[in-house]
Amino acid sequence: MTGADKRLRVLALHGGLVLVLFALQFLLPDYDHTNFTSIMVLATYAMGYNILVGYTGLLSLGHAMFFAAGLYGAGMGVYYFALHPVLAFVIGSSAGLILAALIGLIALRTTGVAFMIVTMMFAQAAFLVTLYFNDVTHGDEGLTLTQAARGFDLLGWHVDLTNPALRYNLALSLFTGALVLCLALVRSPIGRVLIAIRENEERTRMLGYDARHYKLLALSLSGLLSGAAGAAYVLFFGYVGSSFAAIQYSIYPLLWVLLGGVGTVVGPIIGTLLMFYLIEISRDHMSSYMIVVGIMLVLLVLWFPKGIAGTIRARWWGWIP
Amino acid sequence: MTFLSTQALTRSFGGIHAVAGIDLDLRQGEIRAIIGPNGAGKTTFVSMISGRVEPSSGAILFEGEDITALRPWDRVLRGIVYTFQITSVFRNLSCFDNVALSVQRSLSKGRAIWYRPDPAEVTAAVDSALHRVGLLTRSAELAGELSYGHQRLLEVAMGLALQPKLLILDEPTQGLSEQEIADFCSLVKEIAAGATILLIEHKMDVVMELAHRITVMNNGTLLAEGSPDEIMANLDVQRAYLGT
Repeated sequence: MTGADKRLRVLALHGGLVLVLFALQFLLPDYDHTNFTSIMVLATYAMGYNILVGYTGLLSLGHAMFFAAGLYGAGMGVYYFALHPVLAFVIGSSAGLILAALIGLIALRTTGVAFMIVTMMFAQAAFLVTLYFNDVTHGDEGLTLTQAARGFDLLGWHVDLTNPALRYNLALSLFTGALVLCLALVRSPIGRVLIAIRENEERTRMLGYDARHYKLLALSLSGLLSGAAGAAYVLFFGYVGSSFAAIQYSIYPLLWVLLGGVGTVVGPIIGTLLMFYLIEISRDHMSSYMIVVGIMLVLLVLWFPKGIAGTIRARWWGWIP
Repeated sequence: MTFLSTQALTRSFGGIHAVAGIDLDLRQGEIRAIIGPNGAGKTTFVSMISGRVEPSSGAILFEGEDITALRPWDRVLRGIVYTFQITSVFRNLSCFDNVALSVQRSLSKGRAIWYRPDPAEVTAAVDSALHRVGLLTRSAELAGELSYGHQRLLEVAMGLALQPKLLILDEPTQGLSEQEIADFCSLVKEIAAGATILLIEHKMDVVMELAHRITVMNNGTLLAEGSPDEIMANLDVQRAYLGT
């Protein structure tokens, strides 16, 4: 397959995905319409997670803190300071980026299991902070943003983030932006080095690369996307509480990425979509739905480590980035 | 000015001196072989030169500068390139991507992390390195699916693409067939026209064919050094290594 041929296929697959998501808004019933809005936002979070775990080979168990940084950064900005939602989004995304860079300076001194533990500990500390400063965060009860606070005027047109159609398309834009960023990253020279670090870090160093810089960059970008997803989530759905900073929000992206295909650009949306509905369905039938999450995690790690897109790539479409 | 010189270079693991105070001088353009029995400290010694292993004491001078404290990736940028004894190509990447990692590193020397070298230039340099080792037709194949001999050649291509001044080859002919060894020797001679080569090698016929000078190590120390003829005639060497 030539380079141009491959580029065309990559464009067709990812462009097709965006078009399908765009078309679905006219077909989905209200309930699923809202679900898809959140799936696209959560998939953005999963893509951010995938940059680190899938392309750089660093397994974090603490990404909830970056997601929560986005949620609280944007949410508290709007709640306490009546910030413009666009500014709140920028602040939330930056909070994810900055927190990831700072945590990275410490956590990236470790690798493997130690990295998992260190990131998990930081995330637990962040979770406890949201509970400890109950006066400000309102802990589990959380903060609810009013409809008025989630609207603004743009060029004489009133933008209301509680409007489902608008929200859907903004979520799609966010998702598309993240998709383009991930595609550009993994096909760039930096992406090639990240993959090399995942495959064999020592060999990469002996090719003249200071792996620390690349890992910090990957973690920061990962934090940026996680923060952006968190900021969008609070602006679209108007609520932020401590549960978003809890451990299950660190496990979810791992699960979504594993199910969809670790180290693939399309994997995160596939995994998020399937897992979202699996949890929805099991929630209807039992109260202990987290057991489904646990069982899925075990099954995936044991028997399906490549996930859906990863298996497709290994069996049929070797060109999937 | 000596090209490379090590001064009392030492590495201890616990109480064991893997390398115990080696002084070695390398002239630019020479092919130097390091021989010695297993466990003599050869790999540890060259690993200190490449920066993979930190010395316990001693110094390394490269082109007149003390590089003892330099990290391995900075040494690569100065032209010290190590090819691994145990083949460690990126098995899940294509041959092209394996070599492209080296090429983009040497093309982005001194640039910011997001610098993007001209793709056409990268492709040309990758093709040229693969061509030199005879793997150009296998450019798109996954490195892990190559035969062992071809993986060794890919490893050399990755080294070449870094434009080394000093290329360290750690037992490059291990596991190769007779024909592959012969081809490999001509490749090394060709590379030596543009780079200094430090070669760890067990096969004496390869050493005799390639080396300008030979250094013999035993128990972490330098046992002898000289031209191939001198080394062959040295009784100590014969006792320690050649076994006759």
